[in-house]
Amino acid sequence: MSRADADPHYPGADTPHFLPRQMPLGEVSDRVLAIPVDFAPYRRAWWALFIFSCLLLGLFVASAVVVLWRGPGVYGNDNLVNWGFPILNYMWWLGIGHAGTFISAMLLLLDRPWRNSLNRLAELMTIMAVVCAGIYPILHLGRPWLFYWSAPYPNTMELGPQFKSPTAWDFFAVLGYLLVSLMFIYIGAIPDFASARDHARKRRYKVFYGLLALGWRGASSHWAHWRRAYRFVALLAIPLVFAVSSGYSFLLDLAPETGWHSTVFPPYFVAGAIFSGFALVIVIALGLRRFFGWQALITVRHLDVLGVLLLASGWMTAYGYFADTFIAFYSGKEHEITVTMARLAGPMAWSWWAAIFFNLVCLQALWWPQVRRNGKALLAIAVGVLIGMWCERWMLIIVPPTRDYLTSMWHSFSPTLWDWALFIGTFGLFLVPFCLFMRLLPMISTFEVKEALHRYRGGADD
Amino acid sequence: MAQLFPRSADMWFRVVLFLLFGGLIALFAACVVLQRSDYRTDEGWTVDQPVPFSHEHHAGVLRIDCRYCHDNVETSAVAGLPPTHTCMSCHSQLWTGAEMLAPVRQSLAQGEPLRWNRVIELPDYVFFHHGVHVNAGVGCVECHGQVDRMPLMYKAKPLTMSGCLDCHQDPAPRLRPREAVTDMNWQYEGDRRALGEALMRKYHVRAGNLTHCYTCHR
Repeated sequence: MSRADADPHYPGADTPHFLPRQMPLGEVSDRVLAIPVDFAPYRRAWWALFIFSCLLLGLFVASAVVVLWRGPGVYGNDNLVNWGFPILNYMWWLGIGHAGTFISAMLLLLDRPWRNSLNRLAELMTIMAVVCAGIYPILHLGRPWLFYWSAPYPNTMELGPQFKSPTAWDFFAVLGYLLVSLMFIYIGAIPDFASARDHARKRRYKVFYGLLALGWRGASSHWAHWRRAYRFVALLAIPLVFAVSSGYSFLLDLAPETGWHSTVFPPYFVAGAIFSGFALVIVIALGLRRFFGWQALITVRHLDVLGVLLLASGWMTAYGYFADTFIAFYSGKEHEITVTMARLAGPMAWSWWAAIFFNLVCLQALWWPQVRRNGKALLAIAVGVLIGMWCERWMLIIVPPTRDYLTSMWHSFSPTLWDWALFIGTFGLFLVPFCLFMRLLPMISTFEVKEALHRYRGGADD
Repeated sequence: MAQLFPRSADMWFRVVLFLLFGGLIALFAACVVLQRSDYRTDEGWTVDQPVPFSHEHHAGVLRIDCRYCHDNVETSAVAGLPPTHTCMSCHSQLWTGAEMLAPVRQSLAQGEPLRWNRVIELPDYVFFHHGVHVNAGVGCVECHGQVDRMPLMYKAKPLTMSGCLDCHQDPAPRLRPREAVTDMNWQYEGDRRALGEALMRKYHVRAGNLTHCYTCHR
């Protein structure tokens, strides 16, 4: 959006970092770095959240034990719908992960200073989402404890990864994404660990942050190396966003399944991934903004621009829906049309129409700036998009196998209790580490915010 | 303000990082080595048995054919262990009072089979058929080694999947005529590969089919 249509009545409306131009640098440190040092004001709410997350994690552990003990027969999967819930949820979580890298790396290289308020939380979201995603292909295996067989390692079986199998692709996608994301967030946070070390009062916190800061003193040589390393990893991360999300669209192509072979899939999946990720970034940003009272750091204009991004990526995803459906009919192939009609009007048509409703119809409210700048409305739309994207994955992954080539093989799919328990449990797997991050890490990249503040104040340039 | 870390902290930090990553690499290397060692494969280790049966004596010195006791080997997935009656076809006459054979006599008297301990155990997800291999001309020796020289039974080869694949990828030089399958000391003077290729045609062994996953994993 251009500066002209920004509402001039709220602070940060006319700055590239979206913060008030005269915001003191110390205020940033006080609001972010003081949190781990003086956590008392947030303690009760934090414990409530943490205990809730631990209960969810307990549900996850319990259902994972059931899956390991009784085998994948506890899932609703069968001979035809053999991906079912686990792969649906895998794709949903993995897609979510992509937005974090996009916000951090892409907007870093495009020099958008407003990203500085959002990149840390987006990157942490990425890592936890990738972990939640990565656990699914493992628990979906018949013998999950042998998951390392999909790694290339010297073994006595003369066995290497089977590149014709999606399992091998999952392994490389998740591991590659996780490693690059971890590197990116850690390198990006080193200067902040140093400030946290200098803010800490208790010795054990000083040592904890001091070790993480790797002896950072803020020397100009440190900054020169850091800048190079950070941008280098950002350059590694950006192709990964596209490679991994279009990669997992290709792994649908590996199956001889009608409805999984549209040529629009790679861009469709990239857009869908970033779309769902933006939605979760909005939910987390709004949550942290309220939890820590960060209205001054994550401003209304941040919400506004996130709303715009959600709307734009939503339309790109919608193009995927239309292109995929159009091509099915345009192909003239009877079975393509059968599968598409099952999506549009079959017993599971709710998944298609819910995706359209949440991801396209509701989304249009974001054309109005009042909606984008209203936290509650934005939250409702973002949660809707998360539900809509989940329904989209259902429509994509569950529906085609229920309409096999032979009509006699047509059947349905219903998830079991453990399918649901495992899925709900992964929110615990996401939230427990996230709570610990909230307690211990600077959740906003303070030095990057301060650098941007300094740069656009008319002071000396960087 | 006092320094948080002593001067040597940097050195210690590097040492710890080095040990951590070096340790991970060493752990990986140790696993790779251990996987191939006889500790993991049981190669060359004898197994305690209720009766210290000597293959060296029976198959080597007395030249009893393998199929006299393992009589299912040509038709069945498992080679089979003999019923006590098979032992008694000789031992009702020979060594009838030997202390060593007391469990065999007891087994006959009580009608309880001897409980031999397994020497070679393939994983449950491997489908292995003895009959198919014997009829294709794979000698007992190829997997079990020179059993006629084993006073107590042990695994002669690691029998890992790569061992299976070595042969499944190139069976010709390891095949022999069916008559020679149980011969522990069979030698062939001519070109073993040419013989093997002729035998593959004769026994209908189609090389391309042997390395599909579902050949052994069903």
